[in-house]
Amino acid sequence: MSIAKKVSGSLPPSPSLNGPSNRVPGSVLSVNDLTIEEISSILKMASLLEGEDPLVRARRLAKRRVALLFYESSTRTRTSFELAAKSLGADTALISSQSSSIEKGESLKDTGITLKALGAECIIMRHLSSGAPYLLEQSTGLPILNGGDGMHEHPSQALLDLRTMLTRLFGEAKAVNEKTLSGFTVAIVGDIFHSRVARSNALLLPRLGAKVVLCGPAPLLPEMAAEIGPGVEIDRDFESVLARSQVVMMLRIQAERLAGMHLDLEEYKTRYQLSAERLAAHAPKALMLHPGPIIRGLELTAEVADGPQSAIAEQVRHGVAIRMALVLRALEAGKRVPGKVAAKALKGKRA
Amino acid sequence: MKTILIKGGRLIDPATSVDAEKDILLRDGKVAAVEAPGKIKPGKDEEVEMIDAKGLVLAPGLVDIHVHLREPGQGYKETIATGTAAAAAGGFTSVCAMPNTIPVNDSPETTRWMQSPERGASVRVFPIAAATRGSSGEALTEYGSLKAAGAVAVTDDGKPILNDGVMRQALATAARAGLPVIQHAEDTRLTAGCSMNAGPMAFRLGLRGMPTEAESGLVDRDIRLVAELKDARPHLHVAHVSTGAALESVRRARRNGLRVTCEVAPHHFLLTEEAVGLYNTNAKMNPPLRSTADRDAMLAGIVDGTVDAIATDHAPHAIHEKEQEFERAPNGITGLETALGLSLFWLHKEHKLPLARVISLLSTQPAAVLSLRGRGSLAVGSFADVVIFDPKKEWTFKANESRSKSKNTPFDGYTMLGKVHMTISEGRIVFRAN
Repeated sequence: MSIAKKVSGSLPPSPSLNGPSNRVPGSVLSVNDLTIEEISSILKMASLLEGEDPLVRARRLAKRRVALLFYESSTRTRTSFELAAKSLGADTALISSQSSSIEKGESLKDTGITLKALGAECIIMRHLSSGAPYLLEQSTGLPILNGGDGMHEHPSQALLDLRTMLTRLFGEAKAVNEKTLSGFTVAIVGDIFHSRVARSNALLLPRLGAKVVLCGPAPLLPEMAAEIGPGVEIDRDFESVLARSQVVMMLRIQAERLAGMHLDLEEYKTRYQLSAERLAAHAPKALMLHPGPIIRGLELTAEVADGPQSAIAEQVRHGVAIRMALVLRALEAGKRVPGKVAAKALKGKRA
Repeated sequence: MKTILIKGGRLIDPATSVDAEKDILLRDGKVAAVEAPGKIKPGKDEEVEMIDAKGLVLAPGLVDIHVHLREPGQGYKETIATGTAAAAAGGFTSVCAMPNTIPVNDSPETTRWMQSPERGASVRVFPIAAATRGSSGEALTEYGSLKAAGAVAVTDDGKPILNDGVMRQALATAARAGLPVIQHAEDTRLTAGCSMNAGPMAFRLGLRGMPTEAESGLVDRDIRLVAELKDARPHLHVAHVSTGAALESVRRARRNGLRVTCEVAPHHFLLTEEAVGLYNTNAKMNPPLRSTADRDAMLAGIVDGTVDAIATDHAPHAIHEKEQEFERAPNGITGLETALGLSLFWLHKEHKLPLARVISLLSTQPAAVLSLRGRGSLAVGSFADVVIFDPKKEWTFKANESRSKSKNTPFDGYTMLGKVHMTISEGRIVFRAN
């Protein structure tokens, strides 16, 4: 139909989903908030901090304040962000929806304003609702680190996955460019639809040259998933996907988000479970990642989880290093602001 | 009430097919005369307010057959007084108020309450009553007594009538009472937990999407029921059509001689799901903004005449309700003050739809859909409902200057075409631009 013209200049374009937009400096809500250069410097900083004398490191953010706001349960993300902030010397406060005024109906906006008033200079948030970090950033003006929002994104996970891959593939997490992963195929397998990890990785890895192949049954992997960005395709034949992948990322079926969707788990296991036999037959050299939590015996077997191709525990370790770099970046970006406020407050007192 | 003589304007009245320079005399709340310039001579002792409309268009006051005025029950979002003030500022002189109030308007008492002078309405309010008690989709309300109390249609708007038997009964009963049944066409079995249009954009944002079939499927079901009840001549009106598939079904039904009408909201012929951007809750409504193909289908339907009316689905919400997580924020945007400006800009200027057709879609045709006698027309004897606007004036809409109690609009900062100078409702000037 040619009746409609393209929306003309009078209609302001919506904020772009592609490329760094007008984030608060230091915020990372999506992997697309970071340029490739910024990703390189985060990787570099992660290595530097990881190797640094813990006592020196602890002076970097001594007594700075970081809030962890968790509306959804978490083991890895929460603990590693907390350890990361603490090892840089920051004070952390954890607010979870079960033991705070959120239970009494306090809005996200008011919770954010309260945390800011308590001196938080950065908020690390996990939320059930896609897009919630944008609201928190807008309400507080603080740098926000997205620790996973609904089915949207989990950018720090994609960065730690990247660091894990680089370390295993090249021996070190070096600086990256558009071609670093050229020639590599990364398979993401399982419950793509509900996975923020899948989205962040599918957006990030092709920017570094990788091909991403999404694999899973139609209810968990709609056709439109391939349209998320360039360099992403769908192939539902697990074994052929395994055969052409250097990295295989297995995902948990998110039972808590299935929302009435009917799934035959036995059939799923027959077609998509990563067993030791499958791995040996089709991808004996591939690196196997899983963002956790893993359900042994469902998306993968215990042998695979504990086997030599698995990097699950390494991923967790890389998570602390990456998150140190992200927290440092967030607080350094906002460093001057509290200084100004303090100076103003002092002036006020003298007057 | 003072008599009003409007002189020198270009009178466009789709109801009488007039588009010419005419003077118009409004007396006792009615159109008293429409004559060539200089021909009207008011009585000698009559006190007459003269209005110079040189360079301006005079048209029938606009008619919005789909608004939420939030009273009774949610005065913090909007009241009948503030909602109709916004209507007057937007050039509307008749608004049809949906029944999803608290309590639901399912009784003659509430229907009368909404029309009572104590509500302080600036323009005429026509209640649309609930089709089922409490809009729960089960037992029908009393269509006859609702009509007698002033209801102009029945609907469970906001919710669909899903049950085939109940919808069939509603159509048959409404046909006997001489009322249209308005359907919010959404198969809610397909849209649980969804907050935008299904598609790549929803996938990218991690939001569950409403498939277009949820709308078109229910429209098809309703049309099938209308066809089955053909002898009773039921009138089905499809609210806020947003998908090409549903519009095509309406087109086909009409070709088959069925009494099926439909409306489209400005946001659905103007915007696409791209406007959601990064979780902009002011671009969240139900039905949601759709794909470019669907948006273009709405335009095509307007051009080819399948669309009977432009209706705003004016749905005010308080700031704190929209400042929430996207999935939690309520559906809906305001629309009364932007409908004319957007329609003229987009349909007339950009897509060359004649001015008279745009006016007809906003006044004469919607009045006809709900049989609002004496509205949407400037024929002598009609209600003195007039909008006077400058068709050439481009201006910028600012949400914070809105008369509505709520400011939830995606059109803040948009260029509008056609500035309302004056709105006259039943002979009273209810809006005058500064």
